Amino acid sequence: MGTGRFEPSSIKNKIKREEVARKFKKNKGQSKLQRRLALAKEEATNPAAKKKRQLQNVPRTLDNTREFDPSMLTADPSASTSASTSTAATNDPSSSNSQPQDPSQLPQDESLTDISSDPFAEYFSGAADPSVPPKVLVTTSQKATRVTYEFCEELVGIFPGAELIRRKKGKGSEMGKIAGWAADRGYGHLLVVNEDMKKPNAITVVYLPSGPTAYFKLTSIELSKQISGHARPTPHFPELVLNGFVTRLGHTVGRLFQTFFPPMPEFQGRQVVTLHNQRDFLFFRRHRYAFRSTEKVALQEIGPRFTLKLRSLRKGLPAVKNFGEVAKDLEFDAFENAGEKDQLHASEVNAEDDHADEQIADEEGSERPVKLKKTLPPKEDEYQWVWKPELETTRRTFFL
Amino acid sequence: MQSDDVIWSVINQQFCSYKVKTVTQNFCRNEYNVTGFCNRQSCPLANSRYATVREQEGTLYLFVKTIEPLEQIDKELTHWPNFTIHKCKQRVTKITQYLIKMRRMRLRQEPKLIGVKKKLDRREAVRERKALSAAKLERSIQAELIERLKSKAYGDAPLNVNEEVWQAVLDQERKGKDKLMDGGELEMEDDETEEELEEELEEEWDEDEEGWGDREFVSDVSESEGEDDGSSDLEGIASGEGSEEGEEGEESEEDKESTKKTALGKRKAAPRSQKPPRKGPEKKAKRGPRVEVEYEQEMESVPLTKEMLANW
Repeated sequence: MGTGRFEPSSIKNKIKREEVARKFKKNKGQSKLQRRLALAKEEATNPAAKKKRQLQNVPRTLDNTREFDPSMLTADPSASTSASTSTAATNDPSSSNSQPQDPSQLPQDESLTDISSDPFAEYFSGAADPSVPPKVLVTTSQKATRVTYEFCEELVGIFPGAELIRRKKGKGSEMGKIAGWAADRGYGHLLVVNEDMKKPNAITVVYLPSGPTAYFKLTSIELSKQISGHARPTPHFPELVLNGFVTRLGHTVGRLFQTFFPPMPEFQGRQVVTLHNQRDFLFFRRHRYAFRSTEKVALQEIGPRFTLKLRSLRKGLPAVKNFGEVAKDLEFDAFENAGEKDQLHASEVNAEDDHADEQIADEEGSERPVKLKKTLPPKEDEYQWVWKPELETTRRTFFL
Repeated sequence: MQSDDVIWSVINQQFCSYKVKTVTQNFCRNEYNVTGFCNRQSCPLANSRYATVREQEGTLYLFVKTIEPLEQIDKELTHWPNFTIHKCKQRVTKITQYLIKMRRMRLRQEPKLIGVKKKLDRREAVRERKALSAAKLERSIQAELIERLKSKAYGDAPLNVNEEVWQAVLDQERKGKDKLMDGGELEMEDDETEEELEEELEEEWDEDEEGWGDREFVSDVSESEGEDDGSSDLEGIASGEGSEEGEEGEESEEDKESTKKTALGKRKAAPRSQKPPRKGPEKKAKRGPRVEVEYEQEMESVPLTKEMLANW
């Protein structure tokens, strides 16, 4: 039997050909359907068979086949890197013991030392009072609109200890300057919601004493009132669920998020705040839960839901390039026989300049009577990580 | 030299390359024009005495077009028509003002304008949608909460659990422990004779479950099916009830099959009148058979199906 299967395309008559092709396709679909129905029937009574089939047919997903990132942190020290290097060590007995061990333990040691010395260490060491929620300052970009303010009100509801302050327009209200001001007054975080085209589109998170600033793209915002059947939030401290943070960068972001909330949640409130990382998208959700049995939890969604995507991470506070600098005076070309009128005008203009400058100086002076230590923002931004499209070489590359 | 009027008539009526005509006004694109309009008075080409003020690289210069090229500036200004003086002064003011603003703005930090990349945004929107469906948020949150509950992360008397649910959790945990201990004990049972086993089993059942004397007992299992089956049944039932202990994971398949065994039904059906009920000392060591009995009872009276749990 050398002939393959019969191809309808070999029929020259169009009508007949179409008929035959349609029939073939229908039969194919029918047979597949019958097969699946039979399988479903069988498995309805035999969950073991279903499990077996599922174990056999594990689908390939982007998350399954993710590109390996050397900064991935694993729970146990016997990670793949250490395993490989340890085998190398055993193969080569002549090499010194210390060398092979160090690289194998390096990722783990490094991560531990990093975690102990990263800017969030204070929070985790338990220095702060656990019953006092960390202060958060929420503000917007300049000239924000109602939509953004609504979203900011929701944010204030999410974080216990959050306050909304409206942003001024003009020279004195740069983000770095506000960050310094807030740090001096004991705030733990600064949250700036950026607006574009009458919609919030980004959030800048500054960890205050001198900490990193993260810039997230903000999408898919749904306020509580838009969620049908939403629960009502209470002022209890929520529990946190942080899923899917694998790499060093991911851990940094996760810990940053953790520091927003008081370390000891009030379980009586039964509220859980989730930040779930899937393929570099951070999904924020807030639920109220109730255990219905040992296997079932009922979840009712409170509060806003939104998606964040990390765009950049900077080391210190946001930089202010010309912090507190005063405009230079206007110069006029010095002619030997400069006209009187010209000189008059020049002097008038100069006087105006000086007056303006003095006014600015006065304002800054009057702000200083309260003697707080001045936290100054840096002059230049020091980027630790920036998202660029060329970083995503494959579809399976993720950074968090 | 040419007459100004002649030049003006040519420019105005015929062609001037600097002239820009609009509906209401005519403008002059000549860079030295003092007002910007195309007028007889403002045209630099049609005035032999002309002056303007321009800025180059931040400094202001007075440009004077004179018949004598090296005239002094002040002389020009004192003896010139007021119109020219006035317009020159206006230009000075305007240029200085905008130069000042430029200097101030350089010190300000304006928001950085980033272009909207439509293709990128579209791509990311699709990826976000797919990531959301891959994330299975509610499921993962539920799984995490259940795990926390079972690992006793909420302490011994948690405030966020129903009393009955908490009791169920504790029961499951205890059963899990029993199962563990069973695993240890079954090895010990190898040494014993069957009779001894039976006796112990009887003791266990009798003293443990009140009023369960009529039901069939695991002794059947130990006699007929041997220890392995008994253990597998045990473990099967234990995991079948959904505890998530790791050891039971592998046996889950066996469990389900074993629970479905008609043998169970048989066991349930066949009453055992041969073994008279006997009270004996409780033996913690021999928990295996006792646990089996429990399971059987539960299968009969309170099968832990999902419906039951939901209605708890």
